Amino acid sequence: MSLTEAILLTVVAAATPLLIAALGELVVERAGVLNLGLEGMMAVGASCGFAAASLSGSTVVGVVAAIFAGMALSAVFAFLTLGLAANQVASGLALTILGLGLSGLVGEAFVGTRLDPVGRIEVPGLTDLPVVGKLLFGHDPFVYIALLLTIGTAWFLKRTHHGLVLRSIGENHVSAHALGLKVLRTRLLAVLFGGACAGLAGAYLSLAYTPFWSPGMTAGRGWIALALVVFASWMPWRALGGALVFGGATVLQLHAQAASIGLPSQALSALPYIATIVALVLMSLGRGRSSAVPGSLGMPFVPDR
Amino acid sequence: MRLELVPRGDVPGFVRLLAPIAAVATAILIGGLVVALMGRSPAAALDVYFLQPLGDSWGLQEVALKMIPLVLIAVGLSFCFRANLWNIGAEGQFVVGAIVGSILPLALHGAGAGPWVVVAALVMGAIGGALFAMIPAILRVTLGVSEILTSLMLVYVAQLGLDWLVRGPWRDPKGFNFPQSVMFESSAQLPPLIEAGRLHAGALAAIVVVLAAWFILSRTLFGYGIRVSGEAPKAARFAGFDANRLVVAAFAISGALAGLAGIIEVTGQIGQLKPTISPGYGFTAIIVAFLGRLHPVGILFGAFAISLTVIGGENAQIMLKLPLDLTTVFQGVLLACVLAADALVTNRVRIVRTVRA
Repeated sequence: MSLTEAILLTVVAAATPLLIAALGELVVERAGVLNLGLEGMMAVGASCGFAAASLSGSTVVGVVAAIFAGMALSAVFAFLTLGLAANQVASGLALTILGLGLSGLVGEAFVGTRLDPVGRIEVPGLTDLPVVGKLLFGHDPFVYIALLLTIGTAWFLKRTHHGLVLRSIGENHVSAHALGLKVLRTRLLAVLFGGACAGLAGAYLSLAYTPFWSPGMTAGRGWIALALVVFASWMPWRALGGALVFGGATVLQLHAQAASIGLPSQALSALPYIATIVALVLMSLGRGRSSAVPGSLGMPFVPDR
Repeated sequence: MRLELVPRGDVPGFVRLLAPIAAVATAILIGGLVVALMGRSPAAALDVYFLQPLGDSWGLQEVALKMIPLVLIAVGLSFCFRANLWNIGAEGQFVVGAIVGSILPLALHGAGAGPWVVVAALVMGAIGGALFAMIPAILRVTLGVSEILTSLMLVYVAQLGLDWLVRGPWRDPKGFNFPQSVMFESSAQLPPLIEAGRLHAGALAAIVVVLAAWFILSRTLFGYGIRVSGEAPKAARFAGFDANRLVVAAFAISGALAGLAGIIEVTGQIGQLKPTISPGYGFTAIIVAFLGRLHPVGILFGAFAISLTVIGGENAQIMLKLPLDLTTVFQGVLLACVLAADALVTNRVRIVRTVRA
């Protein structure tokens, strides 16, 4: 395996959790809800997934547990913001704090435990192809799930009736309600989907990316995924591209540190965060961002009877 | 089945005051449930968390010490939150305030300067925090970049900057290679309030800030502008308030107070710079701000409640071997309960059975 090939593989690995979490949040935001609790849901997914996988000995059980943990936390958010029309930003922050704490409680018993990492899917013949073989056919299952999710959400939002309903609710919930569309029910389903994706992204971190659990292992990835949604101007395919850029920044930082290029290591560690800010600035410079933002994003909706 | 919110109309003031109290009670119940699920005694935890810190003057001083940064930051955040601005990077502004405020004490170390150094340090810390908060504010005003993400990303940048400073240029050469600066001279430290006590003069700053913030928010045109722009942005525009100037001003105030909190923590309690100078005050203060209903005096009470859980949590870790994350969980639950209580005060919830036609 050449060095470039190895680097590209790690870029894909770093991009995968960002992409999965961002796709979930993208659907949530397209429905007009801003859930800032991504970091908390990912953290809970990571610890519950790891706990379930090491207790049961099965990765699949771990992944399912992580998805349900993420959904359970997002249900709390849905109760606050949809059921009680509470402020979405504050509720999202509550979710982050709660999730980070819960993940610590669950994960504490498993510090120092190691699991076998999830294996890579290798297709005999194809994986051994020169140059593209490993890049196309040498990843773990999560990478392919992320790809399928991208295709799935893009298709759902663009090509299905339900996708159209979801987008119109996000664009203008008053009109959508007047048309008889179920605003709150659609948003509930979207929020739960977002929670499931965040939980899955967390499971990727603790089951495949680093096959162990440590406190604070999400390290701000949830927030970067949130930025990714803006960066992608709420479009799934652009989220895929953006995830590779953000994942690339993370990996670049690691390699630059190893190569000791004269900059302090802290400056390189700050790179993904600075890159996020720069990306957000470039997005707003690029075009008048007006068109892309879902019209009702972040606004509570109380139906009049 | 679905929930339906019915506005209650006018709610008397004292009922609105009851909401945070009910929220605290509910959060304590849920917290007790979590402790019971962990197979521990909720009664013992309750005692260690909420009663023992209040039992002696040592505990009370510790609670008051933790309140200082929380009050300062939360009061600043209330300006932003009231104006519907989401500065969630107070932790970073805290760190930058500590860094900028430390420039003079470190530069004048050993020069025999007078106690004016600590005053200058506080001023510089506040300016540093305010300038750091200008980054998200100006990006929002000029380019429309969401302040939520930029302010948060800058937290990581600030923490890494501090880490670099105390491991690099500002490391104490005689510090056995520990990543920390020299100890500040006593002229560059805040004096204790009581002889040989731990509580320092920063407590007075916190009280002054609470009173000043109350006056500005409720008695000045600027405070009115902040409140109107949050509650009715259109009305604020028609009334002639410049939205962009309000954004910049609210961020400047909250950044300055977070920065002040940072340098007060360093000059009052830690006495030197270290890689980590805050256990997440900037984030905890968000809970404090909401618990205090974004009112300066309410924040004082909110900070007391949260500070109690922090000290109680540290005691519980030592005495009952309960993990520190339990405190985080409790704080998250508390914020969720506060938000729910707010909604329940202004609305009645009806459970409606949907009948299929």
